[in-house]
Amino acid sequence: MRQSYVDQEPVKLPAKLPSSLWLWLLPAVFLLVFFFQPLAAIFGRVGNQTIVEGIRGFNIARIGQTLGFTFYQALLSMLLTLVLGLPAAYVFARFDFPGKKLLRTLTTIPFILPTVVVAASINTLIGPNGWLNMLLMRLFSLDTAPIQFINSLGAILVAHVFYNLSVVIRLVGTAWVQLDNRLVQAARVLGASSRKAFLEISLPLLAPVILSASMLVFMFDFTSFGVVLLLGGPQNATLEVEIYSQAMYFLNLPMAGALSVIQLAVTFLIMLVYTRLGKKSTSTRPQADTLRRPASKQAKAFVAVIVIALVVAQVLPLVSLASRSFTRLEAARGERGEVQTGLTLDYYRQLFVNQRQSIFYVPPATAIRNSVYYGLITVLIATSLGTLAAFALNKPGKANRWMDPVMMLPMGTSAVTLGLGFILVFNKPPIDMRTFPILLPIAHSLVAMPFVIRTMKPAIASIPANIRQAAAVLGASPLRVWREVDLPLISRAVAVSALFSFTISLGEFGATSFLTRPEMPTIPVAIYRYLSQPGAANYGQAMAMATILMLVCALAVLLIEWLDSSALLRN
Amino acid sequence: MKRNVLLVSFLLGVLLLAACKPAVKPSGNGDAAEPQVLTVMTHDSFSVSESVISEFETQNNAKVSFVQSGDAGQLLNRAILSKDAPMADVLYGVDNAFLSRALAEDIFLSYDSPMLEQIPAEFKLDSRNRALPVDYGDICINYDKAFFAEKDLVVPQSLGDLAKPEYAGLLVVENPTTSSPGMGFLLATIAEFGEDGYLEFWADLRANGVVVVNDWETAYYTNFSASSGRGSQPMVVSYGSSPPAEVIYASEPLDDAPTASLTGKNMCYRQVEFAGILQGTQNRALAEKFIDFMLGKSFQEDMPLQMFVYPVNPEAVLPDEFVKYAQQPAEPASLDPDLIAANREKWIQAWDETVLR
Repeated sequence: MRQSYVDQEPVKLPAKLPSSLWLWLLPAVFLLVFFFQPLAAIFGRVGNQTIVEGIRGFNIARIGQTLGFTFYQALLSMLLTLVLGLPAAYVFARFDFPGKKLLRTLTTIPFILPTVVVAASINTLIGPNGWLNMLLMRLFSLDTAPIQFINSLGAILVAHVFYNLSVVIRLVGTAWVQLDNRLVQAARVLGASSRKAFLEISLPLLAPVILSASMLVFMFDFTSFGVVLLLGGPQNATLEVEIYSQAMYFLNLPMAGALSVIQLAVTFLIMLVYTRLGKKSTSTRPQADTLRRPASKQAKAFVAVIVIALVVAQVLPLVSLASRSFTRLEAARGERGEVQTGLTLDYYRQLFVNQRQSIFYVPPATAIRNSVYYGLITVLIATSLGTLAAFALNKPGKANRWMDPVMMLPMGTSAVTLGLGFILVFNKPPIDMRTFPILLPIAHSLVAMPFVIRTMKPAIASIPANIRQAAAVLGASPLRVWREVDLPLISRAVAVSALFSFTISLGEFGATSFLTRPEMPTIPVAIYRYLSQPGAANYGQAMAMATILMLVCALAVLLIEWLDSSALLRN
Repeated sequence: MKRNVLLVSFLLGVLLLAACKPAVKPSGNGDAAEPQVLTVMTHDSFSVSESVISEFETQNNAKVSFVQSGDAGQLLNRAILSKDAPMADVLYGVDNAFLSRALAEDIFLSYDSPMLEQIPAEFKLDSRNRALPVDYGDICINYDKAFFAEKDLVVPQSLGDLAKPEYAGLLVVENPTTSSPGMGFLLATIAEFGEDGYLEFWADLRANGVVVVNDWETAYYTNFSASSGRGSQPMVVSYGSSPPAEVIYASEPLDDAPTASLTGKNMCYRQVEFAGILQGTQNRALAEKFIDFMLGKSFQEDMPLQMFVYPVNPEAVLPDEFVKYAQQPAEPASLDPDLIAANREKWIQAWDETVLR
């Protein structure tokens, strides 16, 4: 029985070649122009230089070591994220509890935060003079901070979990809600324990989407840059960090190019293995009401433990960060130990004043407007193109075995290298990076699109073919089938895609700073401007701006969820 | 069906937002001739007062448009890669550590600005005037005054002192492979101890518990004890101009700086920043005027409070905060740019082996 649910053969449409080709058209053109073209340009240029000069400082042992570490920390980070993420996804999918909506919104916020800010907020919690160390020092009257955390592998892992937990919660949680509950109920009626039902029914059905989420998390960790640079310290370098310092500090482009090729090749291999693994699809149907309040003591305890863990891992750093934007942060002078603290709104007030009369001053409203504007364009591009590609990938065809990993490449590509490619290619009309208005959201879309594809693909694959067929038999046109069968069934996944596209754009992933235009500054740009100069007021304003960023993100998440739920209710 | 209405209205909203996208200010003021646009490429730390730029714009019927391109390394890479189709007329923000590379790549045109005669010879590092000095600053160790006062500890008088046991674990520095102040400090130690001795000094520093982080933001805001982050190290590699910045950007008015710089012989590394006219510019005459303007009094006097650097033009008057709270080293460290260019990688690699592995 189970088999037929899991391995449903996609029904072949009448052999019309164009259908999948048409679906590919837009995403492929987009990638060719904005991804492969700049990449080919930079590799061509660097390749020539390499042939002429050779590669300075090429040390295979060192590179192997870096690659090994990159892989190792990504794997560990991914596993840790799953350990906390899967139970959390289950709790969100199956239980109703007070504050659930708020908690789910808050868990999305870390995803958008610039790494400098995350480093600061993690530091206020567990840094040398963070709350936790202070508490332990006072409790056990220690002289030095017991937790030496910054600049360690541990810091990288914690930050990666902090960043990526929401990916697992959203993706797996969404699939879990839509999981056909009758199967589990049937198993239970037939005498299976809840454990057995979970292991033998739910887990296999969820496997594709768990794999998808793991893959995304792994790729984010594998190409991680800011977290490793800021929290990992100088001893722990990933490939991306190495590429950055080779390109920007040694001006050694041949070396940076070689490392980028290695990173790209590894990404492609991983994706290839993954696509071979992830062929199964999940059976879902719209679930009206599977939510319940935890009833048994066991269930209550389970929910409580997970909620507490999420609050500690996700919410506490956010609160501590926001609290710093309201606190006077004067460095203690004279009477050390008596740290002056007090609540203040000064930093928010100062945001509205161009203290230096600088031509680059960013009024907060402008920064918010620009960020939201770029975010919406990213949602539009990434969600539409990603969904088209996901539909195309679900059509039968041999080419998909290669197209799938190819579509994921932008995620594994060094942002530094791609950025240099942009400089080579987009310097004259029609696309001149100085004037072309949407190059920044296009760059964001490159990162967001693989994400959308991974989210949409399992959702589309899970649309039961028999409903489509029934609709078609009853005379519905293909468009109508799509609108009335496909769309309602994937609306959740579309919402999740939109949400992550928006947040990816809002957080400005990777080294996109070279694409920002001074007349269109975004919130992260404003944060970096403040943080790059000394002074308590600069620091406070950076924290205030980061708090505003969190608010904007929270509002966007709530809006998207509202759109999604109202769409479902009317379904 | 309602769902579709919602979806459509959402999309319409997006389009609407796109339509009313922040318009770039209308250029030109009607009757006058269309102003000539000058594009200036800078790093992200560049800043200038609105009034100063509009002074230049009205004088020359020009519109200055800035392109910011990441940090100094990113900026230079961008200029080199777009050499054949330059993205700007003027580039500002190459420092002496990158100078040789910029000159070797031949991205600048020579310009013997009449303003150069006002500039002291020590800053003019390119004899052919392709790169013209604009400002300078010192990469110095800042210390937490309160910490040293409370512990009754004398501040280090030389780089060598930093390896003494009383300063164990008190210093945080930046990694030279990822940070330009980190690179500057490494160069200072090479100037002090020579190519043969600097690694030994770093080995001693390592034994003495020096903390290395990757970037200035972490060093200053997380590790340094006198900043808002209240970290564990009372000494940090930062800039000689950071103490006045602490006063100007204090959250409560201060009558004294909480930090000061160590300015003993060779303890600070002098960084000079250059501007140049990019090869292939279509606006050479205007670009020359802009270079003159950058070296002139109003721009030079504007820089200290915008970018926390010193003007190279001695006629520029320094703001009070700089006079009061910034210490200038009498004998800053400096190295020949060609020597740096030839050895940069070797030095960093050796440093990496000694301090990090």
